[in-house]
Amino acid sequence: MKSLAELAAIRDKMKNSVAMRDGASGIRVVVGMATCGIAAGARPVLNTLVEEVAKENLSDKVTVTQTGCIGICQYEPVVEVYEEGKDKVTYVKMDVDKAKEVVEQHLKGGKVVAKYTIGK
Amino acid sequence: MYRAHVLICGGTGCTSSGSVAIQETLAKQLKEKGLEEEVKIVQTGCFGLCALGPVMIVYPEGTFYSRVTPEDVEEIVEEHLLKGRIVERLVYSDTQEENATETSLNDTTFYKKQKRVALRNCGVINPEVIDEYIGEGGYQALGKVLTEMTPEEVIKTILDSGLRGRGGGGFPTGLKWKLAAGNQADQKYVCCNADEGDPGAFMDRSVLEGDPHVVLEAMAIAGYAIGASQGYIYVRAEYPIAVHRLEIAIKQAREYGLLGKNIFDTGFDFDIDIRLGAGAFVCGEETALMTSIEGNRGEPRPRPPYPAVKGLFGKPTILNNVETYANIPQIILNGADWFASMGTEKSKGTKVFALGGKINNTGLVEVPMGTTLREVIEEIGGGIPNGKKFKAAQTGGPSGGCIPAEHLDIPIDYDNLISIGSMMGSGGLIVMDEDNCMVDIAKFFLEFTVDESCGKCTPCRVGTRRLLEILEKITSGKGTMEDIDRLEELAAYIKANSLCGLGQTAPNPVLSTLRYFKDEYIAHVVDKKCPAGVCKDLLQYTIIEDKCKGCSACSRKCPVGAISGEIKSPFVIDQNKCIKCGACIETCKFGAIEKK
Repeated sequence: MKSLAELAAIRDKMKNSVAMRDGASGIRVVVGMATCGIAAGARPVLNTLVEEVAKENLSDKVTVTQTGCIGICQYEPVVEVYEEGKDKVTYVKMDVDKAKEVVEQHLKGGKVVAKYTIGK
Repeated sequence: MYRAHVLICGGTGCTSSGSVAIQETLAKQLKEKGLEEEVKIVQTGCFGLCALGPVMIVYPEGTFYSRVTPEDVEEIVEEHLLKGRIVERLVYSDTQEENATETSLNDTTFYKKQKRVALRNCGVINPEVIDEYIGEGGYQALGKVLTEMTPEEVIKTILDSGLRGRGGGGFPTGLKWKLAAGNQADQKYVCCNADEGDPGAFMDRSVLEGDPHVVLEAMAIAGYAIGASQGYIYVRAEYPIAVHRLEIAIKQAREYGLLGKNIFDTGFDFDIDIRLGAGAFVCGEETALMTSIEGNRGEPRPRPPYPAVKGLFGKPTILNNVETYANIPQIILNGADWFASMGTEKSKGTKVFALGGKINNTGLVEVPMGTTLREVIEEIGGGIPNGKKFKAAQTGGPSGGCIPAEHLDIPIDYDNLISIGSMMGSGGLIVMDEDNCMVDIAKFFLEFTVDESCGKCTPCRVGTRRLLEILEKITSGKGTMEDIDRLEELAAYIKANSLCGLGQTAPNPVLSTLRYFKDEYIAHVVDKKCPAGVCKDLLQYTIIEDKCKGCSACSRKCPVGAISGEIKSPFVIDQNKCIKCGACIETCKFGAIEKK
């Protein structure tokens, strides 16, 4: 390595990876990963969320984590978004494409994707 | 991308309690469940809670699992990693609060009061992967000094920060650098003292095991500041994990061009080599350490000339301790004012303490200078086990002293500890309760210094041995009041006349226990009793007739056949045969044996 720029490049590349260990940050995205959730396809949803958040460089503000059964098994896979000072948003019957949309619009753009929420 | 990171402590403490097997089982389980692409296993350095090992943290939740066994691993994988259900029974909670609900390590009392600067990456990054260190801001400070700062500015920053040597002496680090920088020579050296010898202290080992690159980066910064191109790390051969990780770190840093020629294309050259110490305590003394690096028998030499003038191979040298170096990159990046904002007037920043002895949370803690001993022991340390009463805290190892309960509220810094007859030392903090005999403690440390005295100067070689003999006389019940006076007189001579720090501080454990616990010495001499019931020669085991049921359990257990009697009538201990091992007292179900 010959330059500070190369050092900075490694740092940026690693930042998303080690940021997870700095403790929970701003927005918390929780995926239901109980038996019902997994059976309904929660794992690809979870993995997509993790990848997209990293790709969009949101790791500093968004923590993707998992939880057990929320109790609405018929709506799985369920993804909930918690943000300080705002109401919890519950997305239901998620899949990989919907997850990408949520990252793009909600986590990045700050706009709730109403059509996937439980009320609709 | 991984969605979860499982951090497993690979420090010496957890390795010896079985963390390697945990890691292997986990890797196997993840593979079986097809999670290896989703969950990353990270072997880290010490988290600090060594008593609870093997420990494991699962991120992003930050769940802290303690005392994990290989059998628990499947449950953690199945429940937590697969289904997101935390395995509550393995979650660590503070000892003071029952039914505590903290699942994240950062919420526990043990961590909340801590301020981690030197240990910031320990238990967070994988020490064997340089990219993780860089990801946490590593080598940014080196880049900054090489491209934006002059050596004078670096030295001024360290001076202004108020950083003092963490190895025990407390000499201002910036001043040391300034003196070495001011001396002209064709070659200068930067040395790292990793010869951690104080019984009970292991913070340097933890830094080397958990964050080895921070030491390399800081040494390169020091090299730039004083104009040196070569560094040596003198580390004990008894620290195999630390040595191994240092070797890996040096190799990676060289591959990245962060050590070697023309670093960051600035024309600055710096390289580091490791030298292994054979475990002599005296080699932690700076002149002895350098003599040892040169390939000679590790013995101190008189100062002056100080190492800054004539050190390793006769060249200007700076020698700093591991923990001191671990602070340097943070000071460069955050500024001198940031560092100086922590701590007390004359002791800035934080200090790592190794908690040991009669304390619930045995382990490593880092607190701002000025924190009171009471906070460290009662809050962070979780107090004393089994409801026993605090008697004293020993700081500074064999060079330090004992601090009694009356001084528990004193803010810890270099000067306060010296004023109450102890010293900071490298940060070993051994807690003693009512079951510890203070004369015995003084004897323990003296035995250590007698063994470790290099023998070069008479006051230390002969004086410490005579001190120990007087202590042995007192603990065996043959002491007189004149012996106590002689202890004080001899101690003063040894302190005044020894060549190096080892001898000059060796009498401290005796002097400080005499200062605060003279009544215990007098009890040994006048009453021929050991109040704590430790000194064997002053003890007598007897069977209380009324309580003895004559079951013969004790006589069957006694290794020397000193107990005899008839079944169903009281037994008797033959005092001439008794070796005072205490086996009978542990065996008796009726509390019929007393120790006095």
